[in-house]
Amino acid sequence: MSFIEVREASKTFPQGDKIFTAFEHISLNIEKGDFICLLGPSGCGKSTLLNAMAGFDLVTEGSILIDGEEVKAPSVKYVTIFQNYGLLPWRSVQKNVELGLEQKKIPKEQRAEIAEKYIDLVGLSGFRKVHPRQLSGGMQQRVAIARALAVDPEIIFMDEPFGALDAITRMKLQDDILKISREEKKTIIFVTHDIEEAVYLADKIVILTPNPGRLKCVYEVTLGQHRDRTSGDFLHVRDKIFQLFNMKPEEEIEYII
Amino acid sequence: MKKLISVRNVIISFAVLILLWQVLFSISHFNEALFPSPLKAFRALLEMLADGSLFRHIGTSMYRFSAGYISSIVTAVLLGLVLGWFTKAFQYVNPVIQLLRPISPTAWMPFIVLWFGIGDIPAIVIIFIAGFFPVLLSTVGAVSNIDPIYFKVSRNFGIRQPELMWKVIFPAAFPQIANGIHLALGTSWIFLVAGEMVGAQSGLGYLIIDARNNLRTDILFATIIIIGIIGLLLDGLLKLLEKQIMKAWGGESK
Repeated sequence: MSFIEVREASKTFPQGDKIFTAFEHISLNIEKGDFICLLGPSGCGKSTLLNAMAGFDLVTEGSILIDGEEVKAPSVKYVTIFQNYGLLPWRSVQKNVELGLEQKKIPKEQRAEIAEKYIDLVGLSGFRKVHPRQLSGGMQQRVAIARALAVDPEIIFMDEPFGALDAITRMKLQDDILKISREEKKTIIFVTHDIEEAVYLADKIVILTPNPGRLKCVYEVTLGQHRDRTSGDFLHVRDKIFQLFNMKPEEEIEYII
Repeated sequence: MKKLISVRNVIISFAVLILLWQVLFSISHFNEALFPSPLKAFRALLEMLADGSLFRHIGTSMYRFSAGYISSIVTAVLLGLVLGWFTKAFQYVNPVIQLLRPISPTAWMPFIVLWFGIGDIPAIVIIFIAGFFPVLLSTVGAVSNIDPIYFKVSRNFGIRQPELMWKVIFPAAFPQIANGIHLALGTSWIFLVAGEMVGAQSGLGYLIIDARNNLRTDILFATIIIIGIIGLLLDGLLKLLEKQIMKAWGGESK
C-alpha cells in the first residue's frame, strides 16, 4: 500500500443551480519521501486536489488515504504552505515558527530551541525578533517553511508557494526546498503551473488537464539530484511535458496566402 | 523639522481663531456680559485655575470619562468578538442594535436619573452608551473581515476555540477594532458634557450649566475651550498609544 492513496476522487461544488466539477475520477499513489508536483493550467483542480489531500476541503466522491487512514480534517502531521505565506503579522518570526509547537504543549525553552534550529536552516538567523511585514516576500515564505518544518510533519503540502515571488528569489527558494526535502526527508506535494519549476523540482510530475480537472498522466523525471536548467536533458524533459499539454506544434506550419 | 512646522501651524491657527474672536467682539453690539472678549474669558480661566475649582471639575470629569469609556470598550469588544464569531446569533441581535444605535444617549437621561439618581453614574452610563455601539459594530465587522488564511493555518496547527479567540481572532481583528475605539473616544467625550449637564453637580458639563445660571459667560467660554483642549489631548494621546501598539503588532498592513 502506498503512503498517500487517492482513489477515484472527485470534487464538485454547487454553483447556483448547477454543479461545478473541480476534478473527477482521479486515482494516484504517492510513496513516502517523494517530491511530487501537481502541474496543470488554471481550472485543472490542482489546488482543490491539494486542499482535499490536506483535509481542508474534502472530496465529494471517492476517498483519499494517508498512511492507511482516510483524510477527514487537517492535521499537524501534514502542514500546508500557502502562496500568501499565512504568517501571523502580530507575531515575530520566532513566535510564528513556534505556533505549531505551542499546540503540541512543548515547554518554552525547548520551543525556542527548535524554532532557532529551523530559522537557522532557512537562513534567517538574524531575523528572529523581526515581524513578518518587515521582511521581503521570499523571506516571509522561508519563515512559513521553517514554521512547517518545526512541527516535524510527515508531508508538506505547498500551494503555488513561490507564485508571488520574483524570478530570482523563486529559483533560490527552489534550490532551498530541494535541499530541505533531501535533508529532512519529507514527502512534498507541490502545486504549480510552471512547467520548468515542476521539471526542476519533482521526482514525479502529476499532469492534470482542465475543465473538468482530470489526471492525464504521471511523468517520472529521471534527471537525478542536481539539475541544470540549461542542460539538454532538462530541456528535453521540459519539451516532453509541453507535448503532453499539446502546446508544442508537431511540425512547422506553412502559411499560404 | 516636520514637528516644528506642525507646532507652528497649530500656533498660527489658534492665533487666527483668537483674533477672529476679538474682531467679532469689537464689531458686535452685544453686551459684554453676553459675549465676552478673549481677554475676559482668559481672566476667568486664570480665576478658575487660581482657586483650583477647574482642576477639581476636570478631575471629576476625567474619572467619569475613563470609567464610562473603558467599561464601554471592554464590554463592546468582548461582546463584538463573540457576536462576530457566532454570525447566526448576530443576525438576530443586529436588528435590535440597529434600532438602539440611532437613539441619542441623552434620550435615556430621564430614565437614567430616575434609576441611578444624580452623581457620577448618569454621566458614566451616558458615556458607556455613546462608546458602546461604534466599538461593538466595528469589532463584529473586524472579525468577519479576518483573512480566511489565518483560520486555515489555525486548523492546520490544531488551534481551536477558545484558544483561537485570543491567539488568532482578537489579534487579527485588532487593527480594525482600534479604529472603532478611536472613533468612540470622540463620541464619548462629546456626551460626557451632555451627561454632566443634566445628571451631575460637578464636572465640566456642570460647570457650563453653573456658569449659565450665574450669567458668567466668561467662565462659560473658558470652560468650552478647556473641553475642546482636553478632547484634543485625549485624541493625541490615543493616537500615540495606537502607534505604539501597532508597532508591537508588527506594523501597518501594506
